[in-house]
Amino acid sequence: MSADDLDTPDSMTIIAWSGDLDKLWPTFILASTGAASGMDVTVFFTFWGLFPLVKDDVRITGYDAMTKALAGMNAPGFKKAKLSKLNMGGSGAWMMRKVAEKNKLLPPEDLFDICKEMNVNLWPCQMTMDLLGIKPEQMVEGLGEPVGAATALQKMAKSDINLFI
Amino acid sequence: MPEAAKTVDAKGQSCPMPVLMTAKGIKEIASGEIMLVEATDNGARSDIPAWASQTGNELVESDEADGVMRFYIRKK
Repeated sequence: MSADDLDTPDSMTIIAWSGDLDKLWPTFILASTGAASGMDVTVFFTFWGLFPLVKDDVRITGYDAMTKALAGMNAPGFKKAKLSKLNMGGSGAWMMRKVAEKNKLLPPEDLFDICKEMNVNLWPCQMTMDLLGIKPEQMVEGLGEPVGAATALQKMAKSDINLFI
Repeated sequence: MPEAAKTVDAKGQSCPMPVLMTAKGIKEIASGEIMLVEATDNGARSDIPAWASQTGNELVESDEADGVMRFYIRKK
């Protein structure tokens, strides 16, 4: 956005497909920084990206054996997010969080809260919620209404930056 | 050094916090006033100027001494 073009802010849409810890970080670092830079930012959460949005106290989601098993393999909540590589039964994720803390990098759940405060649009994918049996009341507060692919694409068509993470 | 109406202390903070604190701070000063941002994160060296350019606020002056970067930003 140039200084003389302020009435049309730049915009960014991020498709948050992965629920992995090391992908949640760039998602929320970019989203919060975009909002801080005056951008209109939207994050569309789909597939594995939905699980971090499930409340910490919801132990399992799903409506049958298979969807419950999938939820079991993708433990709900930010705190249980795994590393995309070298997770080592959770010790990799634990180490990564320790390193981040030592370097004063906020955890993704805190960056997510900052995104909410900065009015980043946080859109869960309706189809994945139905597919995996994740109910709206099982998800954290502050999200937008669940939307579908066409709504996400409409936003992406108008976005200057589109990312798939 | 320009006279700063406000100082943001982002020393010890890691990316993206210096930029987020800068964006929050600029809302608390009036147009034309100057804000001083102090940071130690190496990313801030390019990030604060990039933020200023992106948002149309003017980076008036910057320097670096003893590991602390100082950015003077005039609110547009």
